[in-house]
Amino acid sequence: MTHPGEEAHHGGESADAGWALETSEAARSYPVRTEADLLTVRHAVRDATEELGFSLVDQTRVVTAASELVRNAYVHGGGGTLFIDPLRQARGVGIRLVVTDEGPGIEDARQAIVDGFTTGSGLGHGLGGARRLMHTFEVHSVPGKGTMVTAVRWTDR
Amino acid sequence: MNRSEASARSILTGVLERQQTAIAERWVQVQMERGEVGGGLAEDELREEADALVAALSSGLAGDLPVERVVAQHRQLHDAVTDLSMRRARAGTSPTATSLAVLSLKEALLACVAEESLDTRGSLAVARVVNRLVDAAGALSFETYVEGREEIIRRQNRQLMELSTPVVQLWREILAVPLIGNLDTARSQVVMENLLEAIQEHEAAVAIIDITGVPTVDTSVAQHLMQTVKAVRLMGADCVISGIRPGIAQTIVQLGIDLSGIQTRATLADALETAMGLTGQRAPYAPEHP
Repeated sequence: MTHPGEEAHHGGESADAGWALETSEAARSYPVRTEADLLTVRHAVRDATEELGFSLVDQTRVVTAASELVRNAYVHGGGGTLFIDPLRQARGVGIRLVVTDEGPGIEDARQAIVDGFTTGSGLGHGLGGARRLMHTFEVHSVPGKGTMVTAVRWTDR
Repeated sequence: MNRSEASARSILTGVLERQQTAIAERWVQVQMERGEVGGGLAEDELREEADALVAALSSGLAGDLPVERVVAQHRQLHDAVTDLSMRRARAGTSPTATSLAVLSLKEALLACVAEESLDTRGSLAVARVVNRLVDAAGALSFETYVEGREEIIRRQNRQLMELSTPVVQLWREILAVPLIGNLDTARSQVVMENLLEAIQEHEAAVAIIDITGVPTVDTSVAQHLMQTVKAVRLMGADCVISGIRPGIAQTIVQLGIDLSGIQTRATLADALETAMGLTGQRAPYAPEHP
């Protein structure tokens, strides 16, 4: 089952890096500047998924994916922002996570989501793992400008 | 310092000397009426505070420090204000209520000054002095209050760090670390240190790391766990990870983390059974599975 038209709800302001931030008005943003923010963010995502009626296992999936994405933004992007966007649409309920940073960007986004790829000392499963935990997953990155990752998971599949 | 201020100050000093008890009493009444006390401060505690602060104010004003520096530099007065604020911060009074309580001293002072028969100009000059004094006290009180709260937060953080990483001996040669909460870099470092030291101290052969209380296992947490396991093995002990819940198991697989080289069990009871087997001990009874 696909969810056509899940693209934009209203055109957010265009970021410097050359992509548009696509979040609905219900989206809330959380800054990621310190390691303690990672914890705050996980709690926020956990609460949001619980409120949207995700099953316990799916809550764990979304929280873990969010954790990977914000950690990437924190470690590689020098900090960033997470947008938690609850999706309540005719065809289903879901959650969209948008993580942006203004770090060095990813040279080859296709390569970065391959398991084992790492530039740091991590396991190299973060981005690829997060992709498998979510239903849709997009990476926009402009080297030298920053990275934006958008990921969606629906409750019903 | 001009003449009207000097005379206002001496009038106020006189009032404070003569009516110390009455001012303190009135201040307590104002605070009680406004209901700004809260947080378990009894009336006699308030009275004690008020007596100390008014006495300090009286002696500070009688000295020769300029009005704007009396609160900051008169030792006794400074301490009286910080004591009051610290006590309220600990009692859980809100910062607004705390500085309002200090500021309400103005009302008590002015009410007692009003009983002196002064002309308008004189009263105004005294009121100015009262204002500057008590505003300075209010500001100091707010600052102290915030510091007090931050100190509490720092202390709780340290306590939490210590509390949350206990290493317990479950059986002869078998240790367990029940992890609860978030496992970040700093905590996993503490866990590892505590565990390795305990292994040496107890001459343990098996360490069980229980992650039942860890809400999220992402690649970073997994990496910390794997490093701990490696370190334990370097010391010649075995390591079992227990408390893998269904959601965590699925997430770990989807993340692509390979834990196959590590012994994992669903529950702490299973892990203990495994550990008894590894150390060649026999469990007195097997855990019941419903």
